[in-house]
Amino acid sequence: MATKFENPIVRWIDHRLPIFSFMHHELHEYPTPKNLNYWWNFGSLAGIALVIMLVTGITLAMHYTPHVDHAFNSVERIMRDVNYGWLIRYIHMNGASFFFIVVYIHIFRGLYFGSYKAPRELLWMLGVVIMLLMMATAFMGYVLPWGQMSFWGATVITNLFSAIPVIGESVVTWLWGGFSVDNATLNRFFALHYLLPFVIVGVVVLHLVALHRFGSNNPLGVDVKSPKDQIPFHPYYTIKDAFGLGVFLIVFSAFVFFAPNFLGHPDNYIPADPLVTPAHIVPEWYFLPFYAILRAIPDKLGGVLLMFGSIAVLFILPWLDRSPVRSGQFRPIFKIFFWILVIDVVALTYLGAKPAEGWYVFFSRIATAYYFAHFLVILPLLSVFETPRQLPKSISEPVIGGGGGFAGATAARRENDR
Amino acid sequence: MIARIKTLAAATAVASAMLGAAGPTGPALAAGEAVFEAQDWSFSGVFGTFDRGALQRGLQVYQNVCASCHGLEFVAYRNLDQFGYSEDEIKALAAEKQVMDGPNDDGEMFERPALPSDRFVSPFPNAAAARAANGGAYPPELSLIVDARAGGADYIYGLLVGYTDPPEGVTIPDGMYYNTAFPGNQIAMPPPLYPDGVTYSDNTPATVAQQARDLATFLAWASEPNLEERKRAGVMTILFLLVLTGLLYATKRKIWADVH
Repeated sequence: MATKFENPIVRWIDHRLPIFSFMHHELHEYPTPKNLNYWWNFGSLAGIALVIMLVTGITLAMHYTPHVDHAFNSVERIMRDVNYGWLIRYIHMNGASFFFIVVYIHIFRGLYFGSYKAPRELLWMLGVVIMLLMMATAFMGYVLPWGQMSFWGATVITNLFSAIPVIGESVVTWLWGGFSVDNATLNRFFALHYLLPFVIVGVVVLHLVALHRFGSNNPLGVDVKSPKDQIPFHPYYTIKDAFGLGVFLIVFSAFVFFAPNFLGHPDNYIPADPLVTPAHIVPEWYFLPFYAILRAIPDKLGGVLLMFGSIAVLFILPWLDRSPVRSGQFRPIFKIFFWILVIDVVALTYLGAKPAEGWYVFFSRIATAYYFAHFLVILPLLSVFETPRQLPKSISEPVIGGGGGFAGATAARRENDR
Repeated sequence: MIARIKTLAAATAVASAMLGAAGPTGPALAAGEAVFEAQDWSFSGVFGTFDRGALQRGLQVYQNVCASCHGLEFVAYRNLDQFGYSEDEIKALAAEKQVMDGPNDDGEMFERPALPSDRFVSPFPNAAAARAANGGAYPPELSLIVDARAGGADYIYGLLVGYTDPPEGVTIPDGMYYNTAFPGNQIAMPPPLYPDGVTYSDNTPATVAQQARDLATFLAWASEPNLEERKRAGVMTILFLLVLTGLLYATKRKIWADVH
C-alpha cells in the first residue's frame, strides 16, 4: 500500500494514518459502472451545493444579528455595506432553491431507476433523512431575515404542531419559547439553522458509506458482473461531474446575478409585523407540494399527518415496490406511472401556490390522493401484475453485443458513445 | 418580468372571480383589480445601468415631495456618490438636515447637521408619530419599496400615475383616493405628483409621467444600489463559466474516448 505514493512525506503519514490510501480508494480507483448517464451527476452536485451553503452561511452568520429588532436591518447591512455581502447573500438565498432543485432531481432519478431497491434500502432511507433535515434547515433559514413571510411562515408552520391532540398547544409554546413567534423563537431558529447543516454533513457521510458498500446503481439496473462493466471514478466521473458542475453554475449564476429575487417573495422585504397579516401566506416554492397536501385536507390534524406521511411513505418505498427489476427502462407500465407521478407533483407545486379556495382545493385533493395511491396501491400492484422486458445479461453485453434490441441498452450505448 | 406581472394579474382575476362565484365572501368595498403596465427601464436587462440623469431628478422629487412623509433609512448620503455628485456636494446636501446625536461629555443629547455617513433622516421619529400625522395611515419606508412590491418599479410608476376619478358607482370614503394600480384601488396617500410640482435643475419638463419615471428609477436604485456591480460581475462570471465548461466538456470527451 505504502508504495502507492511517491512523495516520502505522504508515504510516512499514510503508513501511520492511511487517509491518503482511503482517499485514493474511495475517490480515485473506486470502481463505478461505466454506463451512468447525466442524471447521475446530481448526487455530487448536491454535495457541492451543501458546501456552497455552508461557506456562504458561515460568512453571513459573521454579519447577521439574531434579534427581532436588528435581524432585518442586519440583513440590509449585509446587502449594502458588507463588501460583496449582496453576492454572498444572493448565493445563499438562491443556493437554497438550487439545492432543492438538485436534490429533487436526484430523488426522482432514484425513483425511476429503482435505486432504492435491495441492497440499497438504507442508502435510500438515509437520503430521505437528509431531505427532511434540509427542509427543517431551509424553513428555519427563511425565518432569519425577519421579513413578513419569515414571521408569518414561522407562525403558520409552528402552529401545525397545535394539531397534536391534548399536548399540542403546550408543544407549540415550547417550540416558540413563549406565547407567540418572537425573539426567543428567532434565536433558537438561528442556533438550529447553524447546527443542522453539520448534522446533514454527518448523514451525507453515512449516505456515502452506504453508497460505496455496493457502488452506484446504473441506468440498466443490473448488477455489476465483471470488472469490464466498471471504470475507475477518477478520471472518468471526476471530469464528468466537473463538466456537470460547470453547467449547473451557469444556470445558478443566471439567477444569482440577473434574477436574484425571482424565486423569493416581495413581502419578505417588508419587516416582520405581528399586527399585519399578508394577504396570502405562501411558503418557499420547494415546500409547495407539501403545503398543497396540508391544505387539501379539511381537518388540521389530518392535513398535518398526510403532509408528514407524504415523506414517511418514501421510507417504506423499498418494501412497497417489490418488483425485482430496478430500472424503469425495463418496466413499460411503471414508466408511464412514473411520469404521471412527476406531473402530479408539479401540479401539487402549482396548487400549493394558489389560494385554498374553489377548484384549487378540489384538484389539490385529487393530486394528493393520487400521490399516495402511486406509492401505496399502484407500485405494490405493479410488482405483481407487470411483466418486465427482458434484462440485459450485464452492463457490457448490450453495449458490446450491439444491444439485442433493448431500448435502454441503446440509450446507454448512445450515452457512452458521446 | 412582464410575464410574471401578467401571471399575477391573471391569478388575481381568477381569485376575485372565484370569490364572486363563492357568494357573499367578497369584500363589500370596491375590490378592484390592480392594473399597471410594464415599462422600459434603463436598469433592466443583462447590461442595464441606472440613468444618472433620472437618478438625480428622482432624488430631487424624493427630497421635495416624498421626504415629508416617507423615510429612506437604509440609504446613506454617502451612497449618492454613485449619482456623480462630488464629496462637497454630498456634504452640503446632508447638512441640510439635522440629526440627534450624543450623549456628549455632559450627558446631553444634541442636534448637529447630518454627515455623509448618516442615513437619510426620517421625517418622523417613529411609526406611531408617522401614523398620528397621517390620519392613522403609515407612510411606508421607501428604501426597499421596489423589492417589496410585486411588479417592482413598474408598480411604483403605475401607482404614481394611477390616480383617477373613481368609476361610476364606486364611492370612495373621505380621506381616501382612487388609484388603478393600488390593490383594492383605495389609497390613503393623496396624489403626490403634479405637473411642474418640482422644478428640475436640468430643465427637463416636469410632467407627472416624467417625475414618476425618475422617482421609480431612484427608488429602484435605493432598493438595490449594487445592481450595476451585480450585473457587471454576472456578465464576467457567466462568460468565464462558459469558457471553463466548454473546456471541461472537451476534456470529458477526450478522457471518455476509450470507454466502450
